[in-house]
Amino acid sequence: MPFSNEEVLQFIRENLGAEPVSVSEPHDFLTVELKPDQLLPLVGALKSHPEFQFTFMTDLCGLHMPEQVGKELGVVYMFHSWASNTKIRLKVFVPVASPLVPSMTAHFNSANWMERETYDFYGIIFDGHPNLKRILNVDDMDYFPLRKEYPLEDQIRHDKVDSMFGR
Amino acid sequence: MQNLASFPNPFNGIIPAEKEEFVNDLTTLNLGPTHPATHGVFQNILQMDGERIVSGVSTIGYIHRAFEKIAEHRPFYQITPLTDRLNYCSSPINNMGWHMTVEKLLGVTVPKRAEYIRVIAMELARIADHLICNSILGVDSGAFTGFLYVFQEREKIYDIYEEICGSRLTTNMGRVGGMERDLSDVAIAKLKKFLKEFPPVYKEFEALFNRNRIFMDRVIDVGVLSKEMAMDYGFTGPNLRAAGIDYDVRVMNPYSSYEDFQFDIPIGENGDTYDRFMVRNEEIWQSLRIIQQALDNLPEGPYHADAPHYYLPEKKDVYTKMEALIYHFKIVMGEIDAPAGEVYHAVEGGNGELGYYLISDGGRAPARLHFRRPCFIFYQAYAEMVKGMLLSDAILVMSSMNVIAGELDA
Repeated sequence: MPFSNEEVLQFIRENLGAEPVSVSEPHDFLTVELKPDQLLPLVGALKSHPEFQFTFMTDLCGLHMPEQVGKELGVVYMFHSWASNTKIRLKVFVPVASPLVPSMTAHFNSANWMERETYDFYGIIFDGHPNLKRILNVDDMDYFPLRKEYPLEDQIRHDKVDSMFGR
Repeated sequence: MQNLASFPNPFNGIIPAEKEEFVNDLTTLNLGPTHPATHGVFQNILQMDGERIVSGVSTIGYIHRAFEKIAEHRPFYQITPLTDRLNYCSSPINNMGWHMTVEKLLGVTVPKRAEYIRVIAMELARIADHLICNSILGVDSGAFTGFLYVFQEREKIYDIYEEICGSRLTTNMGRVGGMERDLSDVAIAKLKKFLKEFPPVYKEFEALFNRNRIFMDRVIDVGVLSKEMAMDYGFTGPNLRAAGIDYDVRVMNPYSSYEDFQFDIPIGENGDTYDRFMVRNEEIWQSLRIIQQALDNLPEGPYHADAPHYYLPEKKDVYTKMEALIYHFKIVMGEIDAPAGEVYHAVEGGNGELGYYLISDGGRAPARLHFRRPCFIFYQAYAEMVKGMLLSDAILVMSSMNVIAGELDA
């Protein structure tokens, strides 16, 4: 039986000792935004909690939202408690000028490649990662391709204007 | 690792004395990128001590195609063909997972008949996926016959795909809101024929492998994966269940009416290569059970939702009705704005939890789309798993994990 979002949120509030940066529930999926330094202690507490048991990290991915000035780059974590079938999503945002996020490899080995992928595409630096280098792209690439400022198509192709497809 | 210097040197007299010091050195071996035994384009750089692997580094990304970037520039219906190319052994599951994600965002409810047809397509895809994995495992352990034998059956599954959607490998099956067409009589006839003819063939395949002493000696206790390691490295799907954890998205978070069907989730004990093989075998039988139930209880009714903004109208309506023509034009040109929102939807893919994390900012294309690819996440454990293993066993472990390069690199 899944825990309700209120129960999990109650625990997060108590654990942080403060209100999280923001809380939302898109499609009933509890989403909590945190400050980067709150992330690792909270995830550790959620993982070792005897009832919640958020022992599985489903997903980790990056975000780029240039319109949020000062919080351009983000990392999204999704955790799943198989014992109770509860899911939770955590987000941290960092400025593009100093994109430093603590590495989740301290708690989950599965974060290793997912963080490398996020670094590869968004240039987010994961503090404490054992081997932070590009994974899918070539090593000598000098930009982070999933950031919004990098266009998709070759600029000399006028027959493939992105605006024709809505963007 | 035992010090080889304590053994008598087998190269005595063969290797000149001045080269003797190199005999006990570690060798660096490039397994891949294009190696016939890796079944896909990925490289492992292995440190070998004779036949034993001392350590390994996996290099991936050889067929990276930037799907997440492309998806940010395409209307929703044009993203379906991208999902085909993730796990190309079970494309319909990827397609359906993507449609369900978009439907969740849009709030579209799909009629029961469409959901049952989807279940049939997805379970056929699971059979095809597991057939390849298990028969390739046979090839890698030296038994080619089974592979060719079950490939004939996979061909029949592809014939059914062809009846349902018109294509075979990269299917682009279904639409946002339902299926593109109803199950035809030919498709139902082919399905029934398959359900009748496939079980005896697969029984023969199992008779060839399951209790075969040579095969068992090759795979039992090879590549053991503990529960803790499986969870830590983010394993899902058959590989996780072989390690003894009963997590299946179809049961824990049912989608597309999976709660209507009776089926069992096979669980392994040791998490070795043999368990992974047997779990996949049993899942094939369970998939057949699901297909049979879906076919027997196929509800009447429409095969797509009433969602004119997103579901292409019928062609004859396009020629005769104004609304249909307008919607047709708008959908094809990608001029439909999706509501803003954030959804995560996961389906049980051939290899595990295949998730779609979609953020829409109210535009025509996703603001961000992330594929949670099971292969990418669990393949990072491979180098750890094969440490201290014989090279020939490492090949078996890789094929039993069913790493698909398309899903690995996206």
